[in-house]
Amino acid sequence: MSSGPAPPLAAEVIRWSWIGDHLDDIRGNLVQHVELTGLAVLFGLLLAFPLALAAIRWPRLYGPILGFTGVLFTIPSLALFILLIPFTGLQIQTALIGLTIYTLLILVRNIVEGLRGVDQDVREAAQAMGYTPARQLFQVELPLALPVIMAGVRIATVTTIGLVTVTALIGWGGLGQLFIEGFTLDFTTPILVGIVLSALLAFAADLLLVGLQQRLTPWARSGR
Amino acid sequence: MISFESVTKRFPDGTTAVDNLNLEVPEGDLSVLVGPSGCGKTTTLRMINRMIEATSGRIVVDGRDVATVDPPELRRRIGYVIQQVGLFPHRTIAENIGTVPELVGWDRRRTRDRVGELLELVGLPAEVRDRYPHQLSGGQRQRVGVARALAVDPPIMLMDEPFGAVDPIVRSRLQDEFLRLQQEVRKTIVFVTHDIDEAIKMGDRIAIFRQGGHLEQYADPAELLADPASDFVADFLGAERGLKRLALIPVSAVKAEAGPVVDPDDDGRRALAAAEAYGSDWVVVVDGDRRLLGWAHAGEAAERGRVGDAELRPFQLQVRADDSLRAALNAMVQSRTGVAVRVSDGDRYEGIVTLELLSKEIS
Repeated sequence: MSSGPAPPLAAEVIRWSWIGDHLDDIRGNLVQHVELTGLAVLFGLLLAFPLALAAIRWPRLYGPILGFTGVLFTIPSLALFILLIPFTGLQIQTALIGLTIYTLLILVRNIVEGLRGVDQDVREAAQAMGYTPARQLFQVELPLALPVIMAGVRIATVTTIGLVTVTALIGWGGLGQLFIEGFTLDFTTPILVGIVLSALLAFAADLLLVGLQQRLTPWARSGR
Repeated sequence: MISFESVTKRFPDGTTAVDNLNLEVPEGDLSVLVGPSGCGKTTTLRMINRMIEATSGRIVVDGRDVATVDPPELRRRIGYVIQQVGLFPHRTIAENIGTVPELVGWDRRRTRDRVGELLELVGLPAEVRDRYPHQLSGGQRQRVGVARALAVDPPIMLMDEPFGAVDPIVRSRLQDEFLRLQQEVRKTIVFVTHDIDEAIKMGDRIAIFRQGGHLEQYADPAELLADPASDFVADFLGAERGLKRLALIPVSAVKAEAGPVVDPDDDGRRALAAAEAYGSDWVVVVDGDRRLLGWAHAGEAAERGRVGDAELRPFQLQVRADDSLRAALNAMVQSRTGVAVRVSDGDRYEGIVTLELLSKEIS
């Protein structure tokens, strides 16, 4: 508590000139953040689909699959990355493997629940119309499961955007790089920039996905 | 034509759903499978398009054993309508109806034209094309379900309680509409219901099943009602079997009696004599063109001196040749005269139908 006139505190917390000088770095970090997130969610979906389909085809597998992805989900992220380093080194693969693993639980569960939630009568009608099983999956069941699957993709994306800041510790951190820089230099500006941008990124990504979902599911919007 | 040859279905848990079924559904006929729940009627239906596989026996559709046809291929040539309709919520009405055309590879233009044709056929306005199923009423959805099943004009239709999920008024209208439609399209139809009245109304032939998948009787509705093959069938048809039979017989099947007919200009004593001769206290008053004017008390006519001076009371309910005897019975019990009066389409008097005539017809 000081009784004197308040110093220009804001100027010390955030130095605008630093931002201006480092725009290119910040942009690079942001792009990397987006890339890591996008790739992790994409690989997550590619892995989650076969797992989810297997869980539906053989319901006895669902428990073990959920259990396994659940255990992976509980490993502290820092520990997971450190565990991976001996195998994959300080490369982008290490970050991506870890990030992808964390998306699996959410994605597998939402794909399975989405597909299971498709009305039995609709399924039966599709079969009786003469759909082959594969065509039925892609043209009837997946479109109808989309709202639930997209809910999973949104959670996975936002979670991953947060996690990418942790992978900065192994050198692939997107905006997380700014945190490290800030802590190392004991300088708050990059930290604040990192926080604000990653929050904005998460918000923007979520909004984008909601928009995408609405475009993909026009039937869910049209009122009575 | 669809024929079942010694078809049995046993489920893995050991229950027998269908037991050695032999049944032939003639081409262009609507056969109803009816029975209490657990009698195997739906299983029987679903074995036709291989939604359920028979354990033994053969099902032959248009000369081909269904077991030898690839199921998706088989199903595209068999229309299918279920109670819950099962429309695809993510597709517009036009896309729903165009489902099978798309599967069999029709071009877009042909499908579009066909959808328009079908909407008209099932009585839906063209505006529903681009709506989604949830924007339609239950009755409209059911019509879309029928249109979808008819899309590629399959020779065979399977219908599983198709009108079970709508309210009784809509159901009755959908039944009437469908019967009219069937007159036009003449599909070979297998129709499942648990409602014997619906079976009698819809079926050219009715197969009554008992629990455990036994076929008890397969006959046309009139024969079934006249001559139930077992106590089970008689029970299932219900206590009002006589009334149900009457509903199936047209008024034209019985020869109407001439009745005590007089002209308004006739003398009142003539009316009294005609009534006495017939054994009634009333007369039917008909003008020179045999137009029905109503009925009058014979005694009142005699008092007034001239028939036309007595009070003429209308017959509230009149029957025509193609009405049912059940309608005639209804007219009888609602009329003070105790008979039903039959008129032609031009409202000319044709005679009267009595209770004796009805009981003679169905006994």
